[in-house]
Amino acid sequence: MTSRMLKSWLSPLIAFVGMLVIGVVLDQFFNQYVQLIILFACTNIILALSLNLVNGFTGQFSIGHAVFMAIGAYVSAYLSLRPEIFGVKFTMFPEAIDYLNYLVYAVCGGLVAAAAGWVVGLPSLRLRGDYLAIVTLGFSEIIRVILLNTQAVGGARGLFGIPRPDALALGPLTLSPFLVMYVLASFWVVLTFLVLWRLIHSVHGRAFLSVREDEIAAQAMGINTTQVKVRAFVISSFFAGVAGSIFAHSANYLNPSTFGFTKSVDVIIMIVLGGMGSLSGSVVAALFITFLPEFVLRPLQEYTHIDFRMVIYSITLVLFMVLRPKGLFGSREISDIARSLRGERSADERAS
Amino acid sequence: MSEEILEFTQHLINGIALGSIYALIALGYTMVYGILQLINFAHSEVYMIGAFATYYGARWFGLLDRPGISTFVLLLVFAMICCAALGVLIERLAYRPLRNAPRLNALITAIGVSLFLQYTGQIVFGADPKVFPTLIEDAALASFHGVSIRSFDVAIFGVTLFFMIALSYLIQGTKIGKAMRAVSANRTVASLMGIDANRVITFTFVVGSALAAVGAVLVGMKYPKIDPLMGTLFGLKAFVAAVLGGIGNLPGAVVGGLIMGLCEEMVVGYISSTYRDAFAFSILILILFFRPAGLLGKATQEKV
Amino acid sequence: MNALLEARNVTMQFGGLKAVDDFNLQLQAGELVGLIGPNGAGKTTVFNILTGVYKPTSGSVHLGGACLNPLRPHEISRLGISRTFQNIRLFRELNVLDNVLIASSQHAQHGMFASMLRLPKHYREEGRLRENARRLLEIFELDTKAKAEAGSLPYGEQRKLEIVRALATEPKVLLLDEPAAGMNHRETEDLMNTIARIRRDFKLTVLLIEHDMKLVMGICERILVLDHGVTISQGTPQFIRRDPKVIAAYLGTDFNSADGGLNHA
Repeated sequence: MTSRMLKSWLSPLIAFVGMLVIGVVLDQFFNQYVQLIILFACTNIILALSLNLVNGFTGQFSIGHAVFMAIGAYVSAYLSLRPEIFGVKFTMFPEAIDYLNYLVYAVCGGLVAAAAGWVVGLPSLRLRGDYLAIVTLGFSEIIRVILLNTQAVGGARGLFGIPRPDALALGPLTLSPFLVMYVLASFWVVLTFLVLWRLIHSVHGRAFLSVREDEIAAQAMGINTTQVKVRAFVISSFFAGVAGSIFAHSANYLNPSTFGFTKSVDVIIMIVLGGMGSLSGSVVAALFITFLPEFVLRPLQEYTHIDFRMVIYSITLVLFMVLRPKGLFGSREISDIARSLRGERSADERAS
Repeated sequence: MSEEILEFTQHLINGIALGSIYALIALGYTMVYGILQLINFAHSEVYMIGAFATYYGARWFGLLDRPGISTFVLLLVFAMICCAALGVLIERLAYRPLRNAPRLNALITAIGVSLFLQYTGQIVFGADPKVFPTLIEDAALASFHGVSIRSFDVAIFGVTLFFMIALSYLIQGTKIGKAMRAVSANRTVASLMGIDANRVITFTFVVGSALAAVGAVLVGMKYPKIDPLMGTLFGLKAFVAAVLGGIGNLPGAVVGGLIMGLCEEMVVGYISSTYRDAFAFSILILILFFRPAGLLGKATQEKV
Repeated sequence: MNALLEARNVTMQFGGLKAVDDFNLQLQAGELVGLIGPNGAGKTTVFNILTGVYKPTSGSVHLGGACLNPLRPHEISRLGISRTFQNIRLFRELNVLDNVLIASSQHAQHGMFASMLRLPKHYREEGRLRENARRLLEIFELDTKAKAEAGSLPYGEQRKLEIVRALATEPKVLLLDEPAAGMNHRETEDLMNTIARIRRDFKLTVLLIEHDMKLVMGICERILVLDHGVTISQGTPQFIRRDPKVIAAYLGTDFNSADGGLNHA
C-alpha cells in the first residue's frame, strides 16, 4: 500500500523534472520573447485544465472562465505591489527566497477566485445549460466593468510595474528571473494536472462525471449534484486564479480588456480542440493555441500586413465542430491512445 | 413642469426608443432559440453587417446626401435583404451540418461564426469607426413644455411598432407562421406531419436577420458611429433581454428589450454611465435567480 | 405493525391533470409488491414521488416513520430507497464498472484529500468498492463486461445494469420500473429468479412496476392496480386476477392477449 502511494508521486516528479530540463534549454538558447510565450503557455494549460473540470467532466457550460483568471491576476498583482497590506509586511519570506512569496500571492489569487467561483456556482443549482452559460458571461462582464472603473488597480489604463521574481543565487548557480518564474509556473502546471487527474480517477471524481451523464440518475444514486457542481466551479476557479497570478507576474502589466469574452472563448477553443474530458488533450491544445498565433500567424501577419489571426482561429473552430466534433482525443487521454496503439489494456484497469 | 419630471420624461422616451431596438434584435435571438434551441451568437454580427450594408449601400446608390423617407426605406430594405441572405448562408454552412450534433457543439460553432464575422469585418471594413449616413433629418417635431419629440424617436417607434405588428401577424395569421410554431413545439412531430422543417428554419433565419438589419439601421441613425465590433456588446445585451423575458417567447423578447433599454437609460441618467453594461447583466442575474426561466418563460420539468 | 415505506393520501397534480389521486401505500419490510395499471395510469409518477423527483401536491411519504417530503432525491437515496428507470438512464458514456461505483460512492469512507494525496486509505477504499461492485455484477453475469461502455450494452443487459446500480447504493427498498421490458420469455424467467434471489440475499423490500403479468403474478405477494391515477384495486394476485374492476380497466388493452395476458399467468 505505502509503496503504491510513493509510486504514485513518481510520474508527477518526472514531469516536473522534465519541464525543468526544458526550462534550462529555454533559458540558455532562446530569447526573452520566446520565454514569455512559454510562460503564457503555462497559464493557458492551467486555464484549459481547470475549465475542463467544469465544462468537460461536470457537463456544465461556463463561457466566462477569463473572469477567474482576471480576479487571480489582479489580487496577486495588487498584493505584490502593496507589500504593506493588512498593516504588516506581506512579504513573508526574506529576499533570498522571495520567490516563495509568489507562491503565496498565487494561492491568495486562487482563493479569491475560488470564492468568486462559488458565487457563480450557486446559480448553477437552478439554471441549466444556456441560462447558466449566459450568467457566467454576465458575471465576467460585470467584474470587467468594475475593474475598468477601479482606480486602485489602474482602471482602464491598466496596472503597471507588477514585480517579477529576481534572479536567484543557489550557491555557485544563478537562476535567471525567467527560470525562477518558469519553475513556479511548472510547479503549478504539474500540480493542477495532478490534482485534477487524481480527482477524476477517484470516487469523488466519478460523481462529477455522473452529473454530466445524467443528473436525475445521479441524484437517484445518492450523488449530491448541487454540491458536485459548486465544487467543480470552486476548484476550477481556484486554478484559473492561479493561472492569472502567473500571467500577472510574467507580463508585468494587466489590463481589464485582456480578460474579456475573447479570452474565455480562447480557453473554450482549447478544451474543445483537445477534447472535452481529456486532460492531456487540454495540454496539447493549449500549447497549440498558444504557439499557433505567436509562431505561425504572427510571422504571416508581418508578411502580409493583415491580421488573419482570429479569422483563422474561428474557421478552425467551426471546421473542428463540423468535422471532428469530439476534438483531438475525445474523452480519452494520451496514455489510453498510446496503449491502444500498442494493443494493451486501458488506463482504468490499473487501479488508478 | 418641474425640471425633474422634464428630465425623467426625456429619459423615459430615450429608454423606450433604445428598448424597442433591443427588442427587435432580441426577437431574432428568441426566434432561432425557439426553433433550434441554439444561442445564435452570430446574430450580433448579422446586425453589424446590417449597419455596414446601409453604409456601403448609401455610397453605391448615391444616396449619401439625400436624406428623406425614400432614402430611408430603400436602404432599410437593402440592409434587410443583405442580412437575410447572410443569415441563410450562416444557417446552411455552419448550423445545418450540426443539426443532430450535441447542442454544445452548435453553440461553439455559433461563437466561431461570430468571431469569424467580427474579424473578417475588421479586415474588410477596417477597424476604425465609420460615420453612418444621414437617412432622415433629425428635427424636433413637437415640443411639450420643453420635452421634445424628435423625428428619430418617432421613426424608431413607428418602424419597430410596424415590424412587431407584422411579425405577430406572420406568426399568428399565416401558414408559414403556423409551421414555425409547430416546429418550435416539436420538430420531429412537425416533420412527421409533413412540415419541411429545414424550410421553416431557413425562413426563421430570414425573418430574424431582417429584423436585425432594421435594428442596425435605427441604431445607426441614433448613434452614427459604426465599427466591426459594434455588434458584440449590443448583441449580447439584446440576447440578455431575450433571456430576461424568457427565451423562445416572442412577447418576452419585447418586454425584456424594453426593460433593458429603460434600465440602461435610467442608470446612465441617474447613476453613472460607466456602470451601464454591468448594470444590464446584474438585472439579468437577479431576475434569473428568482425566475430561472425568465419573466414570461415557462419552467419545464424533465420527463423522468 | 409499522410499515417500512408508507405513502399517505398522496396526490400529484400537473396543471389540470391529476396524475396520481389520493394514493396510499404501506410496504412492510421484506414484502414484494407489484404496481400495475394501463399505460398512463400514474405508476411511474408514484415512483418519482417516492424517490423525491416530484414533490407531491398533497400527502406525504414516510420511510421507517421519517417524513421524506422535505428531502432531496439524493438524501432519500442515502436513506435507503433506490430505483431503476423505465426509460433506462444509465451513465451511458461511462463503463459498466464506473456506473456501479458511482452508485456505491456514498459508502466511501475516504475524503477528497485522501484521494488527492493517494493515501493508503484511498487505495483501500477504492479497492473495497471495486470488489463490491464486481460481486454485484457477477450476480447478473455482467462482470465480464465491466469495461464495456454502458450505452453499448444490449438492451436486456442495460436493464440488468440498472438493477445492479440500484443495488450498489445498498438500499432497504428497491423500486423496479418495468425491469423486464423488452426481454423475451427465457430472459424474463431468469430475471424473476434473480429478483427473488437478491431480495432474499440483501433482505430487500421491493416495489415493482411491470407490464408482464406473468412476472407480476409469479413473484408478487400483493398487487396494487392504478388507473387514471386512482387505486382501483389491491390484494393478492388471485384476487386481482378476478376483480371485475381490474378487468374493466384493462379492456381494450393487451390484458387478455396471448403474451403477458392475465389469463396465461
